Amino acid sequence: MTNSISEIGQSECIFIIGSNTSENHPVIALEVMEAVKNKGARLIVADPRRIRMTDYANIWLRLKPGTDTALINGLLNIIITENLTDEDFIRDRTEGYEELLKVIKNYTPQSVSQITGIPADDLRMAARLYANSKTAVILYAMGITQHVGGTGNVIALANLVMATGHIGKESSGLCPLRGQNNVQGACDMGALPNVLPGYQPVGDDAVRGKFETSWGVKLPSHPGLTLVEMMHAARAGNVKTMYIMGEEPALTDPNSTDVASALKHLDFLVVQNIFLGETGKYADVVLPGSSFAEKDGTFTNTERRVQRIRQAIAPVAESRPDWSIITSLSSKMGYDMPFTHPSQIMKEAAGLAPIYGGISYERLESGGLQWPCRNLEDPGTRYLHQGSFTRGRGRFVPVEYQPANEVTDEKFPVTLTTGRNLYHWHGGSISRQSPGLAEICPEGKVEINPELALQLGCITGDMVELHSPRGKILARVEINEKSPPGIVFMPFHFRESPVNRLTSDALDPVAKIPELKICPVNLRKVE
Amino acid sequence: MAKIQLTINGENILADEGTSILEAARDTGIAIPHLCYMDNLPASGSCRLCVVEVEGARNLVTSCTTPVAAGMVINTASERVINARKSIIELLLSDHPLDCMTCEKSGRCDLEKYAYELGVAESRYDGARHSYPVEASNPFFVRDYNKCILCGRCVGACRHIQFIEAISFANRGFDCKIATAYDRPLKDSPCVFCGQCVESCPTGALMEKSRLGAGRTWEIEATPTVCSYCGVGCNIVLNTVNGNIVSASPLPEGGVNNGRLCVKGKFGWDYVHSPERLKTPLIRTGEKGEGKFRPASWEEALNIIAEKLSATKSSYGPDSIALLSSAKCTNEENYLMQKFARAVIGTNNIDHCARL
Repeated sequence: MTNSISEIGQSECIFIIGSNTSENHPVIALEVMEAVKNKGARLIVADPRRIRMTDYANIWLRLKPGTDTALINGLLNIIITENLTDEDFIRDRTEGYEELLKVIKNYTPQSVSQITGIPADDLRMAARLYANSKTAVILYAMGITQHVGGTGNVIALANLVMATGHIGKESSGLCPLRGQNNVQGACDMGALPNVLPGYQPVGDDAVRGKFETSWGVKLPSHPGLTLVEMMHAARAGNVKTMYIMGEEPALTDPNSTDVASALKHLDFLVVQNIFLGETGKYADVVLPGSSFAEKDGTFTNTERRVQRIRQAIAPVAESRPDWSIITSLSSKMGYDMPFTHPSQIMKEAAGLAPIYGGISYERLESGGLQWPCRNLEDPGTRYLHQGSFTRGRGRFVPVEYQPANEVTDEKFPVTLTTGRNLYHWHGGSISRQSPGLAEICPEGKVEINPELALQLGCITGDMVELHSPRGKILARVEINEKSPPGIVFMPFHFRESPVNRLTSDALDPVAKIPELKICPVNLRKVE
Repeated sequence: MAKIQLTINGENILADEGTSILEAARDTGIAIPHLCYMDNLPASGSCRLCVVEVEGARNLVTSCTTPVAAGMVINTASERVINARKSIIELLLSDHPLDCMTCEKSGRCDLEKYAYELGVAESRYDGARHSYPVEASNPFFVRDYNKCILCGRCVGACRHIQFIEAISFANRGFDCKIATAYDRPLKDSPCVFCGQCVESCPTGALMEKSRLGAGRTWEIEATPTVCSYCGVGCNIVLNTVNGNIVSASPLPEGGVNNGRLCVKGKFGWDYVHSPERLKTPLIRTGEKGEGKFRPASWEEALNIIAEKLSATKSSYGPDSIALLSSAKCTNEENYLMQKFARAVIGTNNIDHCARL
């Protein structure tokens, strides 16, 4: 997030696109609801489904799935045509605006209305509301990114915030809501194939040199494989051995039948987790890790806030904290990692990743710190890009609307979109081990519109078979009016109805994110 | 904001215009007993316990709903006030089970606390008593409305903090109770089981099931930490007794979540104690995917892994090995995992589920 969670509630206009906020980030949703109900904020929600946030929206833009770039470009077209841009910001802080205009001019309200299914007048209202507000934040999540044009969607949003000057100041910015508790931190710490801790490219000689000096080894300079690419490489026999810590790819990755075959294909697989899970079943050796309650450490939340987690209980049974397992294994392989407490690890990381330079356990005792936090005097950064962008001037990059990789046809006439619900988390590997959560939400239902239910001849509780070009699964039906007739929704938490057997692993070419939000399927009632 | 001069218990003080007597007193270090008043909720004045004497006013006034005024002379602990408060506690106790010795709330119950402070051991009023069945139909908390004092804090929390409005006051007079629409089970209501009502309850009427029989309040050790589910990073407190987690609560105020949680943060921590937890290292004995293993020692397991990784690396090169780190693990663990991949294995094949 460019801004802080507490700034959302101070904003005049909140624009939610591709985020089912009340289910996935419930406490941020409360911040939004409070702003709307008690502080006079205006809310725009763009979502194909009637998610709970639409109940609080002043304007609900019900776009067709996968048409986000067209919608965002359409809003920009209106803002430019009606002279609602921030000319000073564009002049002083950005470049490439002329290039942007050439592309945006084609996204007229009429054509965008055609593509997205949103009435042109609603587009105009939303554009004016967003552009005319003194402060405005955009909240987005995987509804924006999990498309083959996901990078384009994010760039289009960046164009929108820059053209209106809604960035680089308090309560104005572009806020991706990160999913996992420490997905931000895992990225910050360099658990990515192309960057070392602190987003320092592996291909940069000076950067690598710094790490080589500190670690006392020569480091590889070419970027590695992403998760989905690893699975492809395992199937092709190029990756022989995998070591999977705290992840459940057999359930959470797209086209999971192929993931299982990839895991089977490996010569050797290590799985380190707190539960065996689906992935663990393919492992040669399984290592028991300790949960968050059993260790000290830090998590970094979606607003870049590094916060302490503290050991409340002893490690369960013979489990060990993951950090301690890695140090033991490393020693066995002849590389000493002489850490006895996580605070020492953070000290090393802070010395190598400038954005974490000022983070220390002593400072974190009195509350979290938001990076960039470059030295011990740095109070941290509430919002990013004040005065200038990381690269200096913000560059407008025109993006064209790119239709989904797969579209519905006669054989697969309905669009399946996947996500999470309030009661479970990701592959369900931890939430389904919570007896209460498992009781309240015991199974993964496919949510369908009454009209579609009528066509299928089924009622809530009936079983249907969902069929995509990659596989088929059974699921129980829940009828509600959240989705329009042509769209069905399913959570991916449940191994009994493994929706990722259906989804496509077609990737966004830049970010390598699979298109999990769109998968054409057909449905058939099962007696 | 304009400052107003007034007198509380003989002391001249300055208070912000618009604040209540209760808040103004609290700011100067004078605690006025209260049951229905709660920070972040509109004051209702319904429990009457916070009454104070204001010179010139005919009746005692509820300090939570009465704003300060210039020149007010207030007494928060006169004999008349104390007698009124005693009567209120007696009236509440006339329809409240006196089972404090087994009540899970004992030790942090506001009713118990004020009864103690005011020296009210029993009630002179021997009237009708409620005998509600204890509702335990949801997996997370019990609702024992025999212990409910109708302060309305749960209703306010549900409505004003969580914007759900699953519960409200139902019926009138003696029959008044807190209920969902048509008094249906919570599961059939809009309730999202955030537990904000449980957090706000001043008595034992709403109690986490995980706390039942798990230890007395004064045995609880509180460890402030961060929720393990989503990227919001809510600040929670894990309450433990003898090495077991017995409940979780939001930090009362401030932090990322300012006293709020969702169902996962409040109740979803119990996977930690699941019997399905991996207890020892395991080595596969069955087919891949079959899930058949034998337990192994750490020494054996780590030796096998070290050998296999070294062998793969020397036969096929470092890029034949791929590692997945975890968005559920700590920063320190992610740092070490990528360091292990790069410095020990010698590959950049390190990723995690950021894209999923």
